[in-house]
Amino acid sequence: MDPHVQVKNLNVYYGKQQALKDVNIEIPKKQITVIMGPSGCGKTTLLKTFNRFLELTDGAQLTGEVLVDGENIYDRDVDVTEVRKVVGLLAQRPSPLPMSIYDNVVYGMHIHKMKRDRREYKAAVKHYLEIAGLWEEVQKRMHDPATSLSIGQQQRLCLARGLAVEPEIILGDEPTSALDPISSQNIEARLIELKQQYTTVIVTHTLRQAKRLADYVIYMYMGEVVEAGPASEVFNNPQHKRTRAYLEGLF
Amino acid sequence: MGMKKKRWERRHLVELFMKAIMLVSLFLVAGALGLILWTIISRGLPALNLDMVTQTPKGGFYMGREGGVLNAIIGSIYLAIGGTMLAIAFSLPITLYLKAYLGDSKWGDYIRLSLDVLWGIPSIVYGAFGFTLMIAVGLRASLLAGIIVLALVELPIMARAMDEVIRRMPVDLEHAALALGSTKFEVAVRVVVRQMLPGIVTSVLLAFGRGIGDAASVLFTAGYTDRIVTSLMRPTASLPLAVFFQLGSPYPEVQQRGYASALILTIIVLAVSLSSRWISARLNKYTVK
Ligand SMILES: Nc1ncnc2c1ncn2[C@@H]1O[C@H](COP(=O)(O)OP(=O)(O)OP(=O)(O)O)[C@@H](O)[C@H]1O
Ligand SMILES: [Mg+2]
Repeated sequence: MDPHVQVKNLNVYYGKQQALKDVNIEIPKKQITVIMGPSGCGKTTLLKTFNRFLELTDGAQLTGEVLVDGENIYDRDVDVTEVRKVVGLLAQRPSPLPMSIYDNVVYGMHIHKMKRDRREYKAAVKHYLEIAGLWEEVQKRMHDPATSLSIGQQQRLCLARGLAVEPEIILGDEPTSALDPISSQNIEARLIELKQQYTTVIVTHTLRQAKRLADYVIYMYMGEVVEAGPASEVFNNPQHKRTRAYLEGLF
Repeated sequence: MGMKKKRWERRHLVELFMKAIMLVSLFLVAGALGLILWTIISRGLPALNLDMVTQTPKGGFYMGREGGVLNAIIGSIYLAIGGTMLAIAFSLPITLYLKAYLGDSKWGDYIRLSLDVLWGIPSIVYGAFGFTLMIAVGLRASLLAGIIVLALVELPIMARAMDEVIRRMPVDLEHAALALGSTKFEVAVRVVVRQMLPGIVTSVLLAFGRGIGDAASVLFTAGYTDRIVTSLMRPTASLPLAVFFQLGSPYPEVQQRGYASALILTIIVLAVSLSSRWISARLNKYTVK
């Protein structure tokens, strides 16, 4: 396996409570990794360690390493904004920025000064909206407020906005759980299209979605990684009794 | 199954009753406003002429039947703008501190309660307080003293209004911007300000409206004069006091000029409110609800 992210001896505490216990995993490059496990087992916490969002939580503490392409993102000389540029996030609920549809997509490219002139920005906005499958619907209303879109459209806008800063890794914390079935399918289809180019890590509670998306599966229980491996192996022949119980319990 | 026919149940009666109460209060408020406007316009309009807004009073503010109230117009604008600026300079840090460090804690609630109490205190008390303070430091009635006291009058309403605005800032927005690799400064300038600006503009203009219309607080602190103020250390006229003095005059012509002054003040306040609504609406278009 060609790991894109390596997690080594990772422990996370919220105050005195330990949320992740000695996590050691590898996330394969340009595949979809699905994290599963019962509520409260630490999936969100693990995801937040990948883009250093954990430090936005007061009292959260972390030991261990998260290596992206072999480089520890918690090293003192690493710029957190660079980490978040490389590791994008698709949140559970879409949160458009208080600006127009166009400005939402262009925002990240602007702050990272990624293009030279207006024409290039415009072309890039079109490009990423097409990738997110939203261009057709919004091309005539680029300067409308982003909040005027439906929730499903907003989530695709957030996807376009995230892709526009050219990340290598996309994190998704239950990115379809707030959406209607059609919109969820739409997002899922996008993620599958994109997996050749991006390393994707998705948390999901629906086993069916996990089976549709996953190349690689991580199963967690009470802050520990119980089982991790290629999807076919974990789904068809789980090694651990907790994984088996979880997979069966969901049918 | 057919729809159940609407029957006059208790809850329908309650709704009807509530609607009636709302309509009555709407008419009371609108009626009172209409009556006030009608009084000012019908009595003030005949006395309103170009001299009123381009001349200083001739023959004294109390007795004078000629000239205008330019001294008071300019004084009021200086006072209100100065007081509002000063109030902004204190309100913003207070509200940011409340948000960043106190949040909804016990101390945060104490400060909010204090501001609410301050808001309710009559402005004559601020005036008296300011006057005592001025004596203590040897400051005489002046534009500067008036601005300081007006800032105190405006501060509670402005700080509380801003506090409500900032408290409604969705944390998701900050996170969304951070997730794209923004620095905290970029989040503040490009996202937070954009989201909160309409509310802040409204807070500021709310306070401005209270400041420019207040007579009692500037009575002892800014004084009154027939001349146009030229220095921070000199006393200044103001429109609310012009109205007060002119209406108190024994001469009907001067009283009429008082209504004209009130009309001018109302027009200024109206213009400020309308433009603030216009600005807010424009800024509001993109904010996330
Ligand atoms: N901000 C926080 N402060 C304190 N404890 C927290 C915080 N966030 C999470 N926890 C705790 O850490 C543990 C892991 O939480 P986490 O949100 O990572 O779970 P999760 O697997 O994402 O659950 P879910 O499936 O419900 O989203 C839980 O016991 C939770 O109560
Ligand atoms: Mg979670």
